[in-house]
Amino acid sequence: MVEKNDENPVVLLEKVNKWFGEFQVLKNIDLRVEKQQRVVICGPSGSGKSTLIRCINRLESHQQGLIMVDGIKMTEDMQNITAIRRDVGMVFQQFNLFPHLTVLRNLTLGPMRVLKMNARQAETRAMKYLEKVRIPEQADKFPNQLSGGQQQRVAIARSLCMEPTVMLFDEPTSALDPEMIAEVLDVMVELAESGMTMICVTHEMGFARRVADKMIFMDHGEIVESGSSEDFFTSPANERTRQFLNQILHH
Amino acid sequence: MTRFPLILTIFFLGGCTGSEWGWYVISPGTQSGRINLGFLLSGLGYTISVSILAMIFSIAIGLLFALLGISSNRAARWSNRAYVEFFRAIPMLVMVLWVYYGLPVVLGISIDTFWAGVLALALSDSAFEAEIFRGGIQSISRGQVEAADSIGLSYIDKMRYIILPQAIRRILPPLGNQFVYMLKMSSLVSVIGLAELTRRANELVVSEYRPLEIYSFLVLEYLVLIVIVSYFVRRMEKKMRADEHQH
Repeated sequence: MVEKNDENPVVLLEKVNKWFGEFQVLKNIDLRVEKQQRVVICGPSGSGKSTLIRCINRLESHQQGLIMVDGIKMTEDMQNITAIRRDVGMVFQQFNLFPHLTVLRNLTLGPMRVLKMNARQAETRAMKYLEKVRIPEQADKFPNQLSGGQQQRVAIARSLCMEPTVMLFDEPTSALDPEMIAEVLDVMVELAESGMTMICVTHEMGFARRVADKMIFMDHGEIVESGSSEDFFTSPANERTRQFLNQILHH
Repeated sequence: MTRFPLILTIFFLGGCTGSEWGWYVISPGTQSGRINLGFLLSGLGYTISVSILAMIFSIAIGLLFALLGISSNRAARWSNRAYVEFFRAIPMLVMVLWVYYGLPVVLGISIDTFWAGVLALALSDSAFEAEIFRGGIQSISRGQVEAADSIGLSYIDKMRYIILPQAIRRILPPLGNQFVYMLKMSSLVSVIGLAELTRRANELVVSEYRPLEIYSFLVLEYLVLIVIVSYFVRRMEKKMRADEHQH
């Protein structure tokens, strides 16, 4: 059995280290995300922010340190990993919808195979979340028949169908044409306001300012600065954070 | 395709001009010709059934070793390498002989020519199927695996619902070609005495002593079979391409 403990924060990382060969991508990462907290991680490319959130649902494995999700400790054990993945939703930069399945089937597969729901329950749930992301009329289409923004909203709905305790967003708007970014961010803002625990890697500072409770700045594999979004944007303590903010805010 | 009738014409004109041709041996116009024709064609069932069964087994074994080959487990990957290298190295004819004459001694069982043929062809071919499947599976983008993992699908579900259905689309054309190859290689099973097309032709040559005509007819038999299969393979390829565009 997988032990579960409700006293813990939703996501907890302690002294996490990770290497790709000789190269250290994560250095002594400490992170604590409470229920309903919205964390935005930013930083230059190659700073390790994607790798960090990919460790939370074990798309990447860490070599040292502790990772706990929803009270479950991450181990090599497949049962533990599956239990964690069930609790963690993820939205990818490239959407990663299943191209050979209809939108509806993309959404019902997880609930049916992982949560063992029957087809009717799964479809009811799928339609509920398709309405939430405002594209119920696309249910019978294939992903390639949708625009990028629509595909990313389907991907968000697909994660929501698992009713996760925390959602990870890995640069969800970076592959989108500019005119489609807003529709995806709107859905994310609504999700944040509905009380979802979220960890977002993004360069959308407008979105960050609006929803983030906590901002994290990463560079060279370490967390350089971490604090409330108020402090982070108005008075960043670290020189590197200041430089980064200057670069992306004044362009 | 367009050259096909031309080749046929040359083939049969040869029969009219050269004095050494004696098509009477398989002429549908005579009683004995008809019997001989029937005898030659009676091998068709074995050729087709050996090929199809060998293909099915070969795909099953090939898929298994392909999955081992992409496993994160080193021993599994190693077993894939060993299997592929080993079975790819053995000539098919040698495999047929070994399975029929050697394997029964090793295992202490008896295998008839039919199943020996199926097994030998399947084993030889499975090494190639394993490589085809491995390539097909690895051509599916990493993101698909990650998306399947992120919603918590088990390994089997991930393969069954996400990876294999997409890989199969890309694999079907090479699988079709492999089946054409299998049809041709099934002629090797004649050496252990299975009465398929080639064996039938050999037997008739011995009694009628008209090798030129009989083997020419054998060539035609394979040609027709393979043209038919190729036609279906090409249609399948077209359909796959159309599906890919639609999705």
